[in-house]
Amino acid sequence: MIADNPWIDAAVRTLLVALLAILVVLILIWLERKVAGRMQMRLGPMVTGPYGIMQSVADAIKLLTKEDLRPATADRWVFELAPFAAFVPSLLALISLPFTAHLFVRNLELGLFYIVAVSGLSTVGLLMAGWGSANKYALLGAVRAAAQLISYEIPLVLAILAVAMVSGTLNLVEIVNEQGRVPYIVWQPLGFAIFLIATLAELRRNPFDIPMAESEIIGGPVIEYSGIRWSMFFLAEYVNVFVLSVLGSLVFLGGWNWPLGNEVGWPLQVVLILLKTSAMLLLFMWLRSTLPRLRIDQLMSFCWQVLLPFAFVAIILNGLVLVYEWPDVVLGLLSGFAALVAGALVYRGSRRAVPTPRWPLAPARGID
Amino acid sequence: MIIEERELETIDVYVNVGPQHPATHGVFRMVLRVDGELVVDLEPVIGYLHRGAEKLSENCDYRQALAFQDRTEYLAQFNAELCYVIAVEKLMGLEVPERAEYIRVILTELNRIASHLMFMGAFSADLGVFGTLFMYAFRERERMLDLFEEISGDRMMYSYFRVGGLAWDVPENFVERTRWMVKEARQGIADIDGLLTENEVFLARTRGIGTITAEQAIDWGFSGPMLRASGVRHDLRRAEPYSIYDRLEFDIPVGDRGDVYDRYMVRLEEMRQSARIIDQCLDQMPEDGPIVAPDLKRVLRPPAGEVYMRAENPRGEYGIYLVSKGADKPYRLKIRSPSFCHLAALRDMTIGHYLADAVLILGSVDIVLCEVDR
Repeated sequence: MIADNPWIDAAVRTLLVALLAILVVLILIWLERKVAGRMQMRLGPMVTGPYGIMQSVADAIKLLTKEDLRPATADRWVFELAPFAAFVPSLLALISLPFTAHLFVRNLELGLFYIVAVSGLSTVGLLMAGWGSANKYALLGAVRAAAQLISYEIPLVLAILAVAMVSGTLNLVEIVNEQGRVPYIVWQPLGFAIFLIATLAELRRNPFDIPMAESEIIGGPVIEYSGIRWSMFFLAEYVNVFVLSVLGSLVFLGGWNWPLGNEVGWPLQVVLILLKTSAMLLLFMWLRSTLPRLRIDQLMSFCWQVLLPFAFVAIILNGLVLVYEWPDVVLGLLSGFAALVAGALVYRGSRRAVPTPRWPLAPARGID
Repeated sequence: MIIEERELETIDVYVNVGPQHPATHGVFRMVLRVDGELVVDLEPVIGYLHRGAEKLSENCDYRQALAFQDRTEYLAQFNAELCYVIAVEKLMGLEVPERAEYIRVILTELNRIASHLMFMGAFSADLGVFGTLFMYAFRERERMLDLFEEISGDRMMYSYFRVGGLAWDVPENFVERTRWMVKEARQGIADIDGLLTENEVFLARTRGIGTITAEQAIDWGFSGPMLRASGVRHDLRRAEPYSIYDRLEFDIPVGDRGDVYDRYMVRLEEMRQSARIIDQCLDQMPEDGPIVAPDLKRVLRPPAGEVYMRAENPRGEYGIYLVSKGADKPYRLKIRSPSFCHLAALRDMTIGHYLADAVLILGSVDIVLCEVDR
């Protein structure tokens, strides 16, 4: 408790989280540009401050002072409220995240369930933006975002469910405490792989940046936005990246625990969770810099035909281990083997001979 | 309760891509008719860059008209210049000194690599790689442009070849520097290969997309990598050797399905073959000697007649049709540009694919809009 009055206590904690969100986003954008720059043999931002550390601040000031444009044909309220509909869910998720055993706003009993539920909501913001902009690119992007949501959400939930089965709780603090000795990534490699891929899809980052696709639909739903409203989408995106990285490190990487089960004090706990989160973040940035983009139908068939069956496999394996009380090592081996099988299937599937299509593929309908 | 089975009514939407769009690689516009994500019709709209280069050439003398070649084919300027100067030399019956021929071929092949690198960068951006491959490709290309600038004095518009030879000799360290550059370029090509070729996402996106069979490719007048990707082993450097290509050893890579993946692979392999050609040229090149044909008049007046010269450019068959009436200016100059022919087939290649693939197919054509519109 920070203050005695629960209301003041809650307000202070919420304010801290909001400040944390802004700070995290500023750092993440700078880091992303630096990492991408290094990957591309560039320096990244170097002018504003030492190593360009103030670049995000400069960008933020620029965005805040820009004119807030709205197309004449746009649906006014839908267009103007969409950025908030996209941003608020990511803040909601941040509120229930524990950073150490005692550092959180609210530790919900159903924390895991809650975070998964609200993080899907930001797609509503994109749908509103796409519909309200009165722009065909934006509409295409919004529909893609909705199609993407229904595809990846189920494998994501199932992968997390596998962990919840073993730990027997949805409370994030207790899930982390369960990993006192060994983090779940060791016993659940398949679950972690599915979680990672579904997270990439949830974050709409390469190779799943299909709703935003720069080279096809030029930013998709956010195409008509400028200034502060556009930066709200950006803010939402990076808060989401942070939230899901923290979630991944809590659920699979053991959170604030030192791997071999030593109790550590809270300063070291903060360092540990930050390190594990950074590992996830850098992995996302690395993937973003190097991978091409999938097509929307390929994303859907991948999610339904590969991720979903293997997510069920993960659940079944967990169920078997729980029912017959096999040791954890068996679960780790089985899950690792299943992950390898999934990888091999993807490897073979992407290389199988493509049939020569009949040509032309479809009758032309003409352009009036 | 009776449930009436009723088909959901959908309407086709027109999506206008370009002329200001990251995927169009220049000022090109295509009107797409899409049913959801599926492209059901497409209309390419060209002409935004028409400057009348052919007509302008008729008002310049034979040396001045060379400059329009750089501005027509702005990614493979040396290749276009080579085609033009050979056309005029054919008309005049000129013999070009050995050393000038070798320098021309070295620069032309370097320019081919640079142009294909540009394709790799732009194509990967179409694919959605977040700039990394673009920078890899541009690292190599930038070295070449530096060399070209040092030789000719300009980064883009070289105007370095002359009818009968070259404008001036290359710098002293040309051979060592080119050798080093080719070595580095080989590493750069390997980097691109490693980052993209075996990537599962890349395979899923490019295989079986925009397929054109060999017969269709010939019917459409395809040439260059687009034709070879469909499995036709036709390369003008081998079929009608010009300059010194008959003395050089190189392979002609061909694809078998004629899809976007094959076009990418053909271009990747062509870069390696170009590097091979450059190595041979550097070995065989005479140490010194004249670089311009002797007894060349200041003002070129080819005898009356006409000539069609075609050369293998990075994009395909680049042709110059030249009519002379004996004056110091061409009577008629016509440019046959490969990208124009490839764009004609864009509609048939794209219909039936998804919107995302339309961008990819356009990228795989590797168009240069200045050359299309002239």
